[in-house]
Amino acid sequence: MNSNISLEVNVAGIKLKNPVIAASGCFGFGREYSRYFDLNRLGGIAVKGLTREPRKGNPPPRIAETPAGILNSVGLQNPGVQAFIEKEIPFLRGFDTAIIANASGNTIEDYEYMVKTLSDADIDGIELNLSCPNVKEGCMSFGSTANGVFEVVSRVKKKAGKPLIVKLTPNVTDITEIARAAEAAGADAVSLINTLLGMAIDAKTRRPILGNVTGGLSGPAVKPVALRMVWQVSKAVNIPIIGMGGISNGTDAVEFLLAGASAVMMGTAGFVNPMAWVETIEGLENYMAENKVKSVTELIGGLIV
Amino acid sequence: MDNIFKIAKSEMLNADTFLLTIESERIAKKARPGQIVHVKCGNGTEVYLRRPISICSVDREKGTFDLAIQIRGKGTKILSNMKPGDEIDIIGPLGQGFSLYPKHRKIIVVGGGIGIFPLLQLLKDHPADNKKAILGFRNRSLVILENEFRQSCDGLFIATDDGSYGEKGFVTDILKKEVEKELPDMVFLCGPIVMMKAGVELLKKYNVPCEVSMEQRMGCGIGACLTCVCKVKKGDDWEYTQVCKRGPVFSGDEVIFD
Repeated sequence: MNSNISLEVNVAGIKLKNPVIAASGCFGFGREYSRYFDLNRLGGIAVKGLTREPRKGNPPPRIAETPAGILNSVGLQNPGVQAFIEKEIPFLRGFDTAIIANASGNTIEDYEYMVKTLSDADIDGIELNLSCPNVKEGCMSFGSTANGVFEVVSRVKKKAGKPLIVKLTPNVTDITEIARAAEAAGADAVSLINTLLGMAIDAKTRRPILGNVTGGLSGPAVKPVALRMVWQVSKAVNIPIIGMGGISNGTDAVEFLLAGASAVMMGTAGFVNPMAWVETIEGLENYMAENKVKSVTELIGGLIV
Repeated sequence: MDNIFKIAKSEMLNADTFLLTIESERIAKKARPGQIVHVKCGNGTEVYLRRPISICSVDREKGTFDLAIQIRGKGTKILSNMKPGDEIDIIGPLGQGFSLYPKHRKIIVVGGGIGIFPLLQLLKDHPADNKKAILGFRNRSLVILENEFRQSCDGLFIATDDGSYGEKGFVTDILKKEVEKELPDMVFLCGPIVMMKAGVELLKKYNVPCEVSMEQRMGCGIGACLTCVCKVKKGDDWEYTQVCKRGPVFSGDEVIFD
């Protein structure tokens, strides 16, 4: 690594050694990928979406391949927040990387409980999941209206003792309106985009491929939509943005930073290439060296329009 | 990451199934019967994900392993066009293979269609004195690897749905006859869900333990994405667990076939 360049960023008080974070839902609690690369390389890890009680998730099949992407309908299968605190945080704290806990719930009370519980835990930030498209209650039903977002975020903000990142759904008419509501309610940052609601059909059997019928689209296919939304939101709010959606390499990451993101998350790319996160960090370093960029912060919002 | 290997050989086994021989000393040495590899098929646009494929057999001396693959879609079609000398991107071996216990002296493997493939190396590696194989196919034209299986076991039975080769009927009919003749110590099943379910239910009546190899649409292949799940018992309850990590081989009494 070139010692003259700095990849450090600070997102709403969360110090990241580089702006590349493993995206929630794609990385479990880090154990599996730790066999493929050194987790110390990552700027941060957003863990699998957590709920108050353990969840079984949706019936399989939970994944369908689409052109340049995938649909998933996992449905928040997780061991519950207590198991995370007891079993997973000690493992994750063995690495020098920021831990972001992703929290979901069915009700506002659930979200309050989650944020309060996680604020007392040894983590660096909380990502409020108001955008999972694969569960019936909570999540996207709150996240798809400005009023819903304002209500949940303003209530949980009172319980938050850690930086609060609100994860936004792209399945709305105007994402800037949602982002503004999150900011007005006290969000310290926003992350976007969660997956785009879609479906896949098997013409041969005339049935949906996913057990849950619909699912969330991710992968390179969604990148243009994600970039556009990050750019729009960056003009609408003053809080930092974590950008994601189809990032597979350093150039993709640079594009999100230029669009206005202070950091990026990536997940789906790792399903195909377990080294995707590390290669993205290296690609970002190479871009900076080639373009004489000393600090990655110089790229944030640097889009020339 | 050690994941780029050379293809040594590619040959068609029947109209839509081919055998790829791949050079990798590490995988040949490390792979256990029943484990899978996760194979990249394309450049990532039309075929985005890897394909999970069971290891069919390994040659530990030559440092190669074989994948038997049925052309089912775009990904497997791309793989079928690969030539000796081409490079292939493979992660693995992954998951839990079959249990090879020395105390199991009599075993039976039961395979249906493309489910027969992981059973070949199992027969080769299992220390039992008496190994039988019962393989089922839809019809005669789909019967493959017959000689390889015959050479690796002490008794081979073939069933076809239409009776065009071997016995007419289901592999589980033959399994029932063989079990009634002499109780095996262990049975291994791989094939369509209906076949495995019928086999597990049958063997339960005779108190014969068994293992099944599950299949599911898969994402990461290493246990992180939680997409390739199947239903398994958990105390008095059940849970969805990863086929790629805790499987693909499960104990027959553990899986819940809905």
